[in-house]
Formats: sequence, structure tokens, C-alpha cells
Amino acid sequence: MSTTTAAAALVLDDVTLTYPDGDRRLTALDAVSLTVPPGSLTAVVGPSGSGKSSLLAVAATLMRPDSGRVTVAGRETTGMSEKERAALRRERVGIVFQQANLLPSLTAEEQLLAVEHLRGGSVRAARARAAELLESVGLDEAKRRRRPHQLSGGERQRVNIARALFGGPSVLLVDEPTSALDHERGARVMDLLAAVTRQHGTATVLVTHDRALLGRADRVVTMTDGRLG
Amino acid sequence: MFVALRDIRFARGRFALMGTVVVLITMLVVFLNGLTGGLAREATSAVAGLPAGRVVFGAPAWAAAEVSFGNSTVDERQLAAWRAAPGVTSAEPLGVAMTRLTAGGTASSVSVFGSTERLRPELLRGTAPRDGQVAVGERVAREHGLRVGGTVTLGSRELVVAGITPDRSHGHAPTVWATLGTWSLVGHQPQPTVLAVTGDGGPSGAVAASTRAVELDDALPGIPGYAAEQGTLRLVEGFLLVVSALVVGAFFTVWTVQRRPEVAVLKAVGASGGYLVRDALAQALAVLGAGALLGGALGALGGWPASAAVPFELSTATVAVPVAAMVLLGLAGAALAVRRITSVDPLTALGAHR
Repeated sequence: MSTTTAAAALVLDDVTLTYPDGDRRLTALDAVSLTVPPGSLTAVVGPSGSGKSSLLAVAATLMRPDSGRVTVAGRETTGMSEKERAALRRERVGIVFQQANLLPSLTAEEQLLAVEHLRGGSVRAARARAAELLESVGLDEAKRRRRPHQLSGGERQRVNIARALFGGPSVLLVDEPTSALDHERGARVMDLLAAVTRQHGTATVLVTHDRALLGRADRVVTMTDGRLG
Repeated sequence: MFVALRDIRFARGRFALMGTVVVLITMLVVFLNGLTGGLAREATSAVAGLPAGRVVFGAPAWAAAEVSFGNSTVDERQLAAWRAAPGVTSAEPLGVAMTRLTAGGTASSVSVFGSTERLRPELLRGTAPRDGQVAVGERVAREHGLRVGGTVTLGSRELVVAGITPDRSHGHAPTVWATLGTWSLVGHQPQPTVLAVTGDGGPSGAVAASTRAVELDDALPGIPGYAAEQGTLRLVEGFLLVVSALVVGAFFTVWTVQRRPEVAVLKAVGASGGYLVRDALAQALAVLGAGALLGGALGALGGWPASAAVPFELSTATVAVPVAAMVLLGLAGAALAVRRITSVDPLTALGAHR
């Protein structure tokens, strides 16, 4: 059963997550606590295997921790059913994937409208809002009508960000957004993420190992062996 | 159907291929179903059109009666017992025989039904046949150039055509109607084959043991070759439908496996398992519905001219039933395939764990 709190947009409280690894269990998150207020961008850095993506998966309610509490938009999630967690992701969580992960059959605009459709909203009514949001991340009308294979890597990542923002999320979770981009395009995407965090008031958690991009973050935390430093 | 329809548009080549398979199989099943109906009509229309509720098959006193027009005979004692039985409104003897009709220099196989006037179809022209006369169907009259007042030879007996009836047939042979006396002479049979009975009830005792009464529809398998022919054709139709369900299931299995990354993304952004399964089934329904409707239409269009050359029954049922069966069985096959969607882990959309 979930409970409602009036706390920050995202709160991880003493969260521990382990995976089976042969006969023993591997600790991915070791008593991690993190609070992210609305309108702030928190960057999580650390080497490969340190637990950054596990942190993101738990915050996105895609994984249930072994212990601890995860509160998203004031709702405690660890006791939620799969259906409730899916509904929470639909309504309150935006995910910017490492690879853009766009649906190949949909145009840039339809990627956003698909989100509206699975939320049960009117696709027709959402069309103008989708166009506006794509415009705001730098995609003109011609590009909005293109499918993913007709867009550049940077443009796909912009659609990825717009899709994550389309539902008006309280929490924006960003997974290595610049790993497939050159430095210049990566910097532009980071500028965009910082801007939308302020503009939309999201609690943004950014996982990266590119320390050159950390200047845009309000706070930087380091993960080592599943612990936040 | 938001993503489903766009997937079809995007991967139109793959879906067109699948749709074509559905069209072809549906067309084949519709054609087979029409042929099955046509063959059934040619095998049964004379018996099925009898104005009776039941057919009584008979056997000698020492044997058990079976539902077979080939083996049945009814004697005077059995006829009298059925006529006198409580609840029976009428019990009329019917003789059935196969013979050769010769007229106008051509010959063909016919079935000869010897009966009272009440059991015969309504005449289109002429008068009811008396002894030494027959009534023939329109097709026989046309093929042999027969008119009322003309003569035909049935077996070795020359008879006068007294009337023309609508077409009826028995065991794929057009039916010629005669009196019981004429039938007995033509068929060299002293006793009628069965009784056509109206009303409930029946005799008891020894006659009950040596006769067997069945509803009119249940008497049809007693027509020689009918059950085997229909069984074979229905089996082929059934196999085709099962094959189509397997093909559709296999297609959507491969399609679902290929879509796993997209399904994971949709789940990660909040799509429920139910939403995704509904979307996938709607996609299958769109392909199956369009393919089956087109296949049904093509099957009906092909059957219409074919009905002039082969026995083919074109009706709403012979087209709609296979189309509906195709869609339902295909959906069942697709449902087995797309249930894999529920096992897709949205976590995979995030890539490897660090």
C-alpha cells in the first residue's frame, strides 16, 4: 500500500538493492539516501558497475529495492503493485533513455502522442502541445514529421527528452544522455536538460560518467560500489 | 490501436505478406465450403425436401435396422404398424433406387423416388405421374430435351413424362419421381425403402425392434457416400483453418520477439500489460479482418461463375462462417503469441546495469 507525503519530488531513503550472483548476492545499492527537490538537477557520477543505473531503475519504479523507501511525487512506491507503478510512471515520471529508444514506426510528433494515448488522453487535442514542446527543444515542423531513422543522433535525443517531458512529470530521470553524441551536441543536450529542469520544475537525476558536463548540475554526487559519496 | 496501426503502415511489406496468406487461405476455405454445401445439396435435396418429420428405416424381423438407404426395406407389416401407431399422423412408403435414364440419344444416372403425390415436390408443369409415367427435374428435361408428353427409358422401361418438377437430387443423381408401382418395376424391388412419417410416437413390440425412426436431418448420413464425402471435405477445411491459425501465431510470435525493445520502452514509460496486449490483438484483428473479408469476397466471386460448372452453394452462411472462423482462430493463434508481451521486462529499456 502506498502512502502520500508532502516531501521533495524524489526521495530515496536508506535504499538497498541486491542481485543474485551465483551462490551469493551482489549489492548494487548499499543504504543509499538521496533527496531531489523540484527544479533542481542532480548529477550522479561514478565508474561502470558502481550502481548508477540501479539507482535510476529504483527511482523509476522499474525495480523494487530489498529495503528502504522510494518516494516519487509524494507517493511511497515500494508497496505498490506493478499496475500502480506503471500508472505512476505514466503520470509522474519521465525517463530519458541512454539510446533514444524511439519507436521506429512513429514520427517525432507521434512519439509524444503515443504517451498521451497510453495515458488515455485525446491524441487530437494533444497535437498542438506536442508540436510546441518539440519546437521548444529545437525541432521544426519538417523534422517533427520524420521517423527516427530520418533524424540525426542529436535530434533523436531531443525527441527522447521531449517525450519524457510530455506527460508533465514531477521527476525526470536521465540515463547517460550524451554517450552517443559528440562533445558539441552533448553539451547542447545538457544545456537543454538544465533549461527544461528549471522551466518545468522537474526533480532531475542525471546519470553520467562525462565529468565535463557537470557544470550544468546543481548538485553532483558520486557512486562507488553502490554507495553515495 | 495508436501504435498498432502505425506499425502496420511502417512494416507494410511484412503485414502485406501475412495479409496475403490470410486472403489466400480464406479464399480457399470459402471455395471449399461452397463446394461442400453444393455437394451436400446434390446428395440430399430430395430427402431433405420431403414433407415429413422423420424417416423410418426397416430391416427383416431377424435383423436390426440401420440408417442406410442402401440397406433398408420396409414390409407390409411394418408399414401397417407405423400407420396404426398412436401419435403418428401419416406414414407413407418411399422407394429409392438408382438407375439409368435414356432419352434423346443421351443417357445419365438418375435416382428414382417412388412415392405418393404428397411426398413429391410441387410440379412446375404438367400433371402428377400415374403408373407408367414419371416427373423429371428441370435440369434433366433440359439436358435430354424432354417435354411433357415425351418418353424416357428408365432402366429397360419406357415411360411417359407427365410433369416437370424443380431440381432435386439424391446421391449426386438427379431425382425422377414416379408412383410406387412404377418405381417397383423400374428398380426391381418389391418393397419400399423407407417410410416418411409425420407426427410423434411409434409402434411397439417386434416392429419397433426391426425399424428405426430418425429425424429428417439425421437420415441424411444414410445416403450412400454422403457422410464420407462431407467428413473428408470438412476435415480439409478444418486443417486449413488450423494451419492458418498456426501461421498467424508464428507470424505474431516472430513479430512480438522483434518488438521486445519497443515493448520494453512502452512499459518503461507507463504502458500497462493490458494496454499492450489489446494493442497487439487489435493489430492482429486488423490484419485478419481485412485479409479474411477480402479472401471471402474473392472466394464468393470465384464461386459464382464456378457454380455453373460444379456443385457450389453460394450463400451468406457459406461465406460468412469460414470468414468468421478464420478471424477467430487467427486471433486465438495471435493471442498465444502476444501474451509474451506481458513477460517483457521494462528494465531492459534502460540497458545494462552499472
